[in-house]
Amino acid sequence: MKSNTADMVFEGLLRIADDNLILGHRTSEWCGHAPTLEEDLALPNIALDLIGHAQTLYCLACEINSRYKNEDQLAFLRLEHEYKNLLLVEQENGDFGNTVLRLFYFSTFMKYFWERVKINCCFKKLKEFSEKAFLETSYHSRYASQWVVTLGDGTDESNLKMSNAISNLEPFLGELFNNDDFTEMCSQNDFLPEPTSIFESWKNEVEAILQKGNLNFPDIILKKRGGRKGEHSEAFGYLLSDLQYMQRAYPNSSW
Amino acid sequence: MEKGTEKAWDVLKDLTDPELPFLTLDDLGVIREIKRNDKNHVVTIAPTYIGCPAISVIEEKIASELKKIGISPIIEKSFSPPWSSDWISENGRKKMEEFGISPPHPRIAETIGDPLLKDVKCPQCTSYRTEKVSEFGSTACKSLYRCLDCKEPFDHFKCV
Repeated sequence: MKSNTADMVFEGLLRIADDNLILGHRTSEWCGHAPTLEEDLALPNIALDLIGHAQTLYCLACEINSRYKNEDQLAFLRLEHEYKNLLLVEQENGDFGNTVLRLFYFSTFMKYFWERVKINCCFKKLKEFSEKAFLETSYHSRYASQWVVTLGDGTDESNLKMSNAISNLEPFLGELFNNDDFTEMCSQNDFLPEPTSIFESWKNEVEAILQKGNLNFPDIILKKRGGRKGEHSEAFGYLLSDLQYMQRAYPNSSW
Repeated sequence: MEKGTEKAWDVLKDLTDPELPFLTLDDLGVIREIKRNDKNHVVTIAPTYIGCPAISVIEEKIASELKKIGISPIIEKSFSPPWSSDWISENGRKKMEEFGISPPHPRIAETIGDPLLKDVKCPQCTSYRTEKVSEFGSTACKSLYRCLDCKEPFDHFKCV
């Protein structure tokens, strides 16, 4: 691989892997705290999938950039500004409704993202991975969509909580669909699809589900961003200190 | 088949899955290929789920079993084609049911939309009057059901 192609692939893998790791970590915080036993099984299961996706992508990234010797180094030993995840995924969980709504937004986005990668991607290993990832993210999207409808179309109180969740997450959705110089380069090189190209499919599906739950589709304009450049929100520092604690306190520890 | 490869298959075909110990990896269709390149034996496995925590245990088991017959393998994960529950053998399905897990329905049921094919049978009392409790069960590969006749809860292996 030419060195500028390698840089592009490395950065692209990091963006997707970091999104998955950080949302996986947030989702895992529900373990032992979910409203019912079934959800207490479901959310950690999803967290495991998300972290599994991150792990595989970090491994691919390590094969490209020898500065990092293994996936743990990428996951646990980088500094805050070196993480390239969206601000959306690092926000605190909030209530159960807020958690499943964010999962619905993100997994529906990833479902269409992987669907595109499956069709066209110059990096063969990612193209192969996308076949499996597509199936798993579709499953997450379906699970989360059922809760969005159930809670939206439930009682006045559950509907109110979902409406609040929609307002709460609204400022972070613009970043999900934001093209930048990097995403343009990825698309020109047939590596990754541009985020804006996923918007139509995403909007159609999300709008239909929100409608079923008597909820209003949010205004999506670019408000908060910075995650892709490593500029994070306050919540992220607390998350990292939790996530990285073991590797910082006991360097190179393993199971 | 090359001799070492044949021996490797012999050793690996009886290895069991760490989370479903009554099934072999062969029953599950997880071991896809064993071949020899210039220097090493390469074992290709298809993970049932990307984040399945059993995968690292499976890799260790394969490596340690093959080491006993003097092979130090390279183990590669393959996601294309993605592992499918259709790859579970007839025998594997039978053992699953005996163990109280309802086996997955064929993938084709998802596309042709025949509702009969998608009915889930209770592994305890064989009733088809069952309902899904949760999309997720005790491991990544299973969802949670309950029988409306005998009232017992049970795991259904996901159709993927």
